[in-house]
Amino acid sequence: MDTIINFLAENQAMIFILVLAIFLGTEVISKVPTVLHTPLMSGANAVSGVVVIGAIILIRAAEADDYLVLSLGFLGIALAMINVVGGYAVTGRMLEMFKKKKKED
Amino acid sequence: MNTLIEYLYIISVVLFIVGLKRLSSPDTARNGNLIAAAGMALGILASLIAPIETGANNYAWIAGAMVVGGGIGLVAARRVKMTKMPEMVSLFNGLGGACAMLISIVEFYNLPEGANLASPEVLTTIFALFIGSISFTGSLVAWGKLDGFLRDNLRLPAPTIVNAILLLGIIGLSAYIMTREQLDFVLVLALLGLSLVYGVTFVTPIGGGDMPVVISLLNSFTGIGAALAGLIYGNNVMIVGGIIVGASGTILTMLMCKAMNRSLINVIIGGFGGGGVASGLSREEIVKEATPTDTAIMLKYASKVIVVPGYGLAVAQAQHAVHELEQKCQAEGVDFKYAIHPVAGRMPGHMNVLLAEADVPYDNLLELEDANKEFPSTDVVLVVGANDVVNPAAKEDPSSPIYGMPILDVELAKNVIVMKRSMSAGYAGIQNQLFFGDKTRMLFGDAKKSINMLKDEVDNV
Repeated sequence: MDTIINFLAENQAMIFILVLAIFLGTEVISKVPTVLHTPLMSGANAVSGVVVIGAIILIRAAEADDYLVLSLGFLGIALAMINVVGGYAVTGRMLEMFKKKKKED
Repeated sequence: MNTLIEYLYIISVVLFIVGLKRLSSPDTARNGNLIAAAGMALGILASLIAPIETGANNYAWIAGAMVVGGGIGLVAARRVKMTKMPEMVSLFNGLGGACAMLISIVEFYNLPEGANLASPEVLTTIFALFIGSISFTGSLVAWGKLDGFLRDNLRLPAPTIVNAILLLGIIGLSAYIMTREQLDFVLVLALLGLSLVYGVTFVTPIGGGDMPVVISLLNSFTGIGAALAGLIYGNNVMIVGGIIVGASGTILTMLMCKAMNRSLINVIIGGFGGGGVASGLSREEIVKEATPTDTAIMLKYASKVIVVPGYGLAVAQAQHAVHELEQKCQAEGVDFKYAIHPVAGRMPGHMNVLLAEADVPYDNLLELEDANKEFPSTDVVLVVGANDVVNPAAKEDPSSPIYGMPILDVELAKNVIVMKRSMSAGYAGIQNQLFFGDKTRMLFGDAKKSINMLKDEVDNV
């Protein structure tokens, strides 16, 4: 019980941010037209690649000869980067198609 | 320096928020994607230059991983066909989940000897491991089912019971790990294994028409996984970025469920198939077949035509052919529109993306309610590879598994032409009374070939 109270006390700011972010996320995304469901989803998907930052923090904190952590970190960064770069590129490609028609109208 | 990093992170978060906000309107979407990407670049940069207390930086490893991952991502994104978009999105999504999973494994591995295991930090790491793993294997299964190398109707025996047991096992094991004096890494690996298996058994019973729900749900899992990993490091960009994705994925999931008038629980444990097949099959009924020539004449002399696309359009890659048919009909003075059901296809907005690829202006796409207002004054409805979203059983048959789902009321139109490969039932495994309706004619064959024949016939007649 004490550990929980301590944790809550020490991490107030973080929990505050967490709660606000939930509301923010809900507000930002509500009322999206069907046309944009896929690009929005794949854009959000790319944002979830933000987890790459965790892998970077982890690999930087590793010793130069800790090959297990280095390999797992390498794998983590590589996978998350596929998610990030691929996600933004694919979203961009889809939106490009939407834009093309706008001009013709 | 630390202050600078924190402020860079704040700017990065703001860019994410503005970017996603702009992604939700057609005019600003492209710009929004770039802004979100800039936010990501800034966040990554900040994490690279942030001062560290211990460790060897290992920049060479980071650079190598980024080049490999970024390169693969870029090539995959360039090469993928628009019809394969649901596959790509779920695959990418799974990789993000895998990263969260790897991070939590390393965090357990790095846990100092004799650390208190009954701590919120350990709980967070367990959660990140669990969610990351489900999102990883779940997305892979979804990808496999969409791509076809896993059978779409693949079922495990008694999935509900298996899943319940697995989930209880995971909770029990987590509790056991946290009550022990010393961390036993074998237990962490066991937890990892169970979570990975759970991801598979969780997604396997769901398939076909429910895919839009699953993909959005997995998307939100990856976001939550990222946020949990962010909690481990007290990193605000990861927390806020992850949670926003988690929230948006949840909203999209709810939207998809609402479009099918089913609860999320029902989608997850229900699956379709099995029961409810009986109705409609018992009666002897006659199907009227249409020829391309008849259909072409109908189209040419119609004043209003509405196309209802479904997953069959994606499978046959018929989007360009449909657009060419649209242009030919418009040249004849036909008002040519498309009616898009929210869960048509295998991903939220799937049909919109396909038609956009074929240069169909998005003003010509009608959403469910608007389309239903237009059907009574429509001469010809062309149903291209859609089935359950036009099945009147959703309105008339309370025993039907899709009862209550809002559908496109195509039977209100004067003529309905259904393009289909065969008389097989839709994903829901139920017969469609629409096919036997007075106004309905079936045009059997591959959608793309049929539409190409229609195009030629419109020229000829």
